[in-house]
Amino acid sequence: MPKKVGIAAVAQNAGVESKDNFYDQSYKITKEILDKAGLKREELETIISAASDIFHGGISCANSYYWETTGAFLKPGSRQDGESLFAFFYGVMRILSGDYDTALVIALCKGSENPENDACTLMYADPFYQRMIGMNETMAAAMQMRIYMERYGIAEEQCAKVVVKNLANALGNPYAHRKGRFTVDDVLGSDRIIDPLTQMQIAPKSEGMVALLLASEEKAKKLTSKPVWFRGFGNSIDHYYIGDRDLLDSPLKTAAARAYKMAGISRPRKEIDIAEITEPYAFQELIWCEDLGFCGPGEGGKMIDSGATQKTGDIPVNPSGGVLANNPYVSRGLQRVVEATLQLRGEAGERQVDKKMKTALAHGTHGFAGQCHAVAILGV
Amino acid sequence: MAKEFRTLKTSVNLPYELAYGPIWTRFFDGLLNKKILGTKCPKCDRILVPARSFCPRCFVDTPEWVEISHEGALTAWCLTNYRYYGQPVEPPSISALIRLDGANVDFLHLIGGFDLGDFELVRRKVKNGMRVKAVWNEERKAQIFDIKYFEPV
Ligand SMILES: [Zn+2]
Repeated sequence: MPKKVGIAAVAQNAGVESKDNFYDQSYKITKEILDKAGLKREELETIISAASDIFHGGISCANSYYWETTGAFLKPGSRQDGESLFAFFYGVMRILSGDYDTALVIALCKGSENPENDACTLMYADPFYQRMIGMNETMAAAMQMRIYMERYGIAEEQCAKVVVKNLANALGNPYAHRKGRFTVDDVLGSDRIIDPLTQMQIAPKSEGMVALLLASEEKAKKLTSKPVWFRGFGNSIDHYYIGDRDLLDSPLKTAAARAYKMAGISRPRKEIDIAEITEPYAFQELIWCEDLGFCGPGEGGKMIDSGATQKTGDIPVNPSGGVLANNPYVSRGLQRVVEATLQLRGEAGERQVDKKMKTALAHGTHGFAGQCHAVAILGV
Repeated sequence: MAKEFRTLKTSVNLPYELAYGPIWTRFFDGLLNKKILGTKCPKCDRILVPARSFCPRCFVDTPEWVEISHEGALTAWCLTNYRYYGQPVEPPSISALIRLDGANVDFLHLIGGFDLGDFELVRRKVKNGMRVKAVWNEERKAQIFDIKYFEPV
């Protein structure tokens, strides 16, 4: 790669409901990240925001709420609607263009204000057909889970173990919305709202103003003594009609292959030190681990059983607690990058993985049963 | 719980008028006449249902119309037993992907015609691979619920 892009600073707020309104929260997180980097608003060159105006926002349009609060007055701001990991790459490209030395990528979501995620994702279904059936993200996931269990003999207990692991990890994460010590029985005994999924296997809806400051190589070195470098990105998109897809043949495999190629990674399980992945439904962490090449097809259950993805395992997955612990819908992908950055910098506090780290992976997904995926590779 | 600061209760509700276009009009008119219509891709030979104007894989027009069987096998399903805002189908309900005979993609609809009250009993009855057939509504309106649901054969 001709140029290096560095992450110079990160900031996020807590997933629980805050007292502030959306406008002030956006301002505060922008102020926080600029202060951390010692950068004045006037020096910030470009801003990319990720948000959902209506479905996961409902408040107004981007022009009124997302620009002056993120320091964009008279600046070349641009935005991504939906999954914020795409906005991250958009910011990376702006630095790679050579026209900018600093770019603020900011994802804005105040889940506490929104209707339940299922009401929002129902609106992702086309109004002529799938929406009439009631299709939403949870329904698609429940169908995907059943095929996964049947095709590979995955047990519900193995899926539940993801919740047990992630919510325990979240005890070390002051930003996590949901956390605690639970058992597999707690998880499987929670309300069976959409069989085979139980309530605890489904991510909550959280707040999340998440910011990340990107900089060119020289600028990043000036702004921080611990820059984290962008190494690769890949994304991939499957068919829209859920019936057109094999729900176990996810486009994450092609997204990961693209990111690994760009980053020069040939043995992901060995070369990646920690992964922060988007698992709004517990079993999806198992499938995504397979698709990311951490284990073979159908081996996700065995992998969680082995302890490899625990904080102490050889490839810790979601030491932050992941999306099951904190689900600011639009911001969750960028939050994975922030968490991976904190791990690489050794600044993850109580959730810090205790080993020498060189490479981290961040993953985002949105759409029904993982219709769209994005993977970013970071390094130090 | 009382909040420390005021909140505003509001909603977004705007009227739109969305075009079905010629392909979907013909598909939904087919349901009116108890026909499930698909289109066939001239390149990969896949039969796509609901009918559409092009094959998203081959990216070519799919001008050939095919009548699809009312029977098929279950690919995937879930039992919904909770409420969410805007939910169009009264719970409990089973949503399912059904591979209609002759089609190369799955058809999203409901499974019904029996008691859905107990998930253990439902699990004993409903299995992937199970044969199902369409149950039609007497009164049809050129919409997806012209098929009431699919029931086990
Ligand atoms: Zn084709």
